[in-house]
Amino acid sequence: MRTTVPVIIAFLSGFAMILLFFISPEHSKIGTVELEPEVLSWVTIVGGFTLLLGVVSILRVNYVAVQRKKEGWIYNLATLVSIFAMAIPAILPESWSPLLGTGTGSIYDWLFNNLDAPMMSTMFAMLAFYIASAAFRAFRARNAEATLLLITAALVMLWRVPMGEMLLSGIHESIPEKINTYIMNGANLAVQRGILIGAALGAAAMSLRIMLGIERTYMGK
Amino acid sequence: MQPESVPVFRSERINALIIVLIFSAVILIYTRWARKGKKLFIRKINGLDEVEEAVGRATEMGKPVLFIPGISEIDEIETIAGISILGRVARVTAQYDTPLLVPVRYPMVLAAGQEVVEQAYMEVGKPDAYNKDIVRYVAGEQFAFTAHVNGLMMRERPATNIYMGAFYAESLLLAESGNIAGSIQIAGTAQPAQLPFFIAACDYTLMGEELYAASAYLSREPLLLGGLKGQDWMKVLFVILIVLGIVFVSFDIGDWYLSMFKAV
Repeated sequence: MRTTVPVIIAFLSGFAMILLFFISPEHSKIGTVELEPEVLSWVTIVGGFTLLLGVVSILRVNYVAVQRKKEGWIYNLATLVSIFAMAIPAILPESWSPLLGTGTGSIYDWLFNNLDAPMMSTMFAMLAFYIASAAFRAFRARNAEATLLLITAALVMLWRVPMGEMLLSGIHESIPEKINTYIMNGANLAVQRGILIGAALGAAAMSLRIMLGIERTYMGK
Repeated sequence: MQPESVPVFRSERINALIIVLIFSAVILIYTRWARKGKKLFIRKINGLDEVEEAVGRATEMGKPVLFIPGISEIDEIETIAGISILGRVARVTAQYDTPLLVPVRYPMVLAAGQEVVEQAYMEVGKPDAYNKDIVRYVAGEQFAFTAHVNGLMMRERPATNIYMGAFYAESLLLAESGNIAGSIQIAGTAQPAQLPFFIAACDYTLMGEELYAASAYLSREPLLLGGLKGQDWMKVLFVILIVLGIVFVSFDIGDWYLSMFKAV
């Protein structure tokens, strides 16, 4: 029963979506409701129900860590404090005070703009340093292939910055255009498309296996 | 005035219908052959062969295995592929009593992950070893999730990190942190833009279709392997169609051919 019902639901949902793809929108309506976007919006509704699971999970994991004073428990405490500091003023009605709710000037708004957003930007900005260290490892000329990769990467990086492009043009004016044509739109694009076609076929095959009930590993079977 | 009647079937999408029918038929034929016991050859995928080895390393070191099923919602097929692989990994960690950590970004992935891991622990006969907090919800924000996982890596120093699913800008932040923490890393994604980062920072990387093949490869179930073979033959068909396209377009007689594959 625990396996059969989800398989039937997966088959019916998948089959309905395929069918809706081939039927004109005028004929896939019940009253004024268009079925395709309607069915897709159900995912959001199911997601809303599971949100409580997420809240319970995050509170339990962090509470237990603080209670048992696990290594780094101070971060768990910071998480718990942050959750309540963001959630409580946001849930309370704006009519009680302009500091409540999620509008401009509220506590939630201030915390979001002055703490949350800068921290997200900081994390993203750190990517530059990580790229440098990863590139240093990847571009070491250990063998013929790695050397080829190093030369290609150096050419592309030069071509991407204005000063590099100027330098390359100085050697021969057609070099930047050739890098674009042969490396970026040639070898690079061809390989990317090959991976994409393979991935699309893999995704379609897996969807089909799920629909037909052949693939049940996502249920732990 | 009578309004013009709209046909029920969208005839401009007949090309897609033909491909869907051929694809389904090929997969079903191979699944049927597999059911009858026909031996099917599947090429070696090093990254997947190493999964058990990497979990064994974690067991020897007494350190946890970190598994991330991507950062997308459960309606993304890559996440489902990640969850499928999680089931196989959880079975091995349960067998060896190796701690497993699975931080997730969405509550629906949390529910699916908990179900799969619990089932794995039950199947190896260790339901008491299962802890609901193995799979834990961390944060809905992309970089808050990344910050948490990076911190977890530096504090817990997992012996093995497995990334399977849809990853975006955080891929290198995660993989480089894992590298600094000294973990063995196996990644798999179908996002071409993230593959170079994983290749640079991880020990093994599954590219595109290999991610979707992982559950079949790890389980070695004939029915699933049959589906993989069918997919391979579809790839052969697409290669032939692409080569034909190149020939027709090169000789400037390819307009009719290209129009057959027009997506509407």
